[in-house]
Amino acid sequence: MNSPCPTCGYQNRAGTLRCGLCGKPFIESTVEPVLAVATTSSRRVEGEDEPLPVRRDYAAEIAGNRWKSAVLLAICMALLLLMGLSIGGMYHYPRIGLVLGVTLGLILTIWAYFGGSKAVLSLSGAHDADPVQDRQIINLVDEMRIAAGLPMPRVMVIETEAANAFATGRDPEHAAVAVTRGLTKLLNREELQGVVAHEMSHVRNFDTRYMMLVAAIVGAIIILADTMMHGWWWGGIGGGRRSSRDGDRGGNAIFAILGVVLVILAPIFASLLQMAISRKREFLADASAVELTRNPLGLASALDKIDRNLDKEPLPGASKATQHLYIANPLRSFGMRSSALMSTHPPMEARIKLLRAMG
Amino acid sequence: MIIGIVVVAAVLIVFWIIGLYNGLVKMRNAVKNAWAQIDVQLKRRHDLIPNLVEVVKDYMAYEQETLAKVIQARSAAISATGTTDIAAAEGQLTGALKSLFAVMEAYPDLKANQNVQSLQEELTSTENKIAFARQYFNDSVMRINNACEVFPSSIIAGMTGFKQEAFYEITAEDKEPVKVKLR
Repeated sequence: MNSPCPTCGYQNRAGTLRCGLCGKPFIESTVEPVLAVATTSSRRVEGEDEPLPVRRDYAAEIAGNRWKSAVLLAICMALLLLMGLSIGGMYHYPRIGLVLGVTLGLILTIWAYFGGSKAVLSLSGAHDADPVQDRQIINLVDEMRIAAGLPMPRVMVIETEAANAFATGRDPEHAAVAVTRGLTKLLNREELQGVVAHEMSHVRNFDTRYMMLVAAIVGAIIILADTMMHGWWWGGIGGGRRSSRDGDRGGNAIFAILGVVLVILAPIFASLLQMAISRKREFLADASAVELTRNPLGLASALDKIDRNLDKEPLPGASKATQHLYIANPLRSFGMRSSALMSTHPPMEARIKLLRAMG
Repeated sequence: MIIGIVVVAAVLIVFWIIGLYNGLVKMRNAVKNAWAQIDVQLKRRHDLIPNLVEVVKDYMAYEQETLAKVIQARSAAISATGTTDIAAAEGQLTGALKSLFAVMEAYPDLKANQNVQSLQEELTSTENKIAFARQYFNDSVMRINNACEVFPSSIIAGMTGFKQEAFYEITAEDKEPVKVKLR
């Protein structure tokens, strides 16, 4: 049962109130949908009522997502610099707060870098794949690492009926790919291959490192914002203990206003940036998976099945700290549409639609 | 001051050029490695076939011709020398195996056998691995070809003697559809 969106033509499931891809409500529009021109083409498939979107190419998707996530990361770093400058402008001894914040960020990053994978794997109850029982999944991982030209990662299985998968590892030499028992039962060989390709692509693109860097920057921004806020209780807005010279007064005022704005907005903005980067890296992993398998429909079909299964069974070991590692967000609540901006994963329908357009 | 900036700029440019050269070296080695990987997977297939033939021949009394073709193709592939001959022989072997798999579909008790199932998974996986190894080889060739043609690195490639590589092309036998005679 499908309800086509009146604006972009995407096939939504029956009963949806908003289009899963363009977000427009399901109200018949009297205005000519301009979007339809850009997103539809004359490509048709036997038996489909709606034309498919314009043909996409995985190499362009890979390049596009790398670029977009790099731009967002640059904005994050710029925000951090701005915070540092504001602190510098507000007080006369800014360095202590700055050094403290950055050092803390570095310590957290190094701990997560070396110890993070082990913690995540033991939390989720993963065990090494059995060479006889789990032969197929080991073969699939082997096939994908040959296509990628990487060393063989550690293959693990999580004994749960929930269908999901994740990959960790700071680089391809120390990587681990884990799938759930439920996933191996749910998907066929082609679909499993797509999922494994997606996870290995996270390893290939150094996504754990990337997201750790982003998390460290965001953490530092939050610490700095906190420092600035506490500074006001001690020294009052606009100056430190040492009295400023006359020439400095104007400068301090500007930084003070900037400071207020940043303290309130920066943490929120930084978190939004972090989520946006995570979503771009997910799209990148999807496109990189296609680069490996050259079979976008396999992954599309897998995502569809996983999506339908997501609400049936909770996943042990999944928490806010680890949710971004999985192929499908394990914390999605029953029936509720999570806010799109604060989600680590792009909406499943958008991912499936994009993959089908590549096929 | 100006001299300082010029010196720093020059040093950065030198590092950049070195980086481009190193990239070309790594890409060429990746191509060589990828070629060797294909051989690894082909040999794996050679080793798996005797097992498969042993297991199925008792069930498939009427398919001696198909089995014989597989055994012959395997021997030919093992003894072939020279890139074109090896490619042709492996192509023949792929064709023979495809015929065997197609014929095996007609034997339900054969398909239900646990040993046969795991062997088939291994052979399917090996065929996939050969295909992916070739894919990785072609991807590596594409990367070095790009680097040899794209503007800044093309100069370095020209100066240091890096050449474009040839893609792995499928032989004619590989492209032919499988001819199956079912009872």
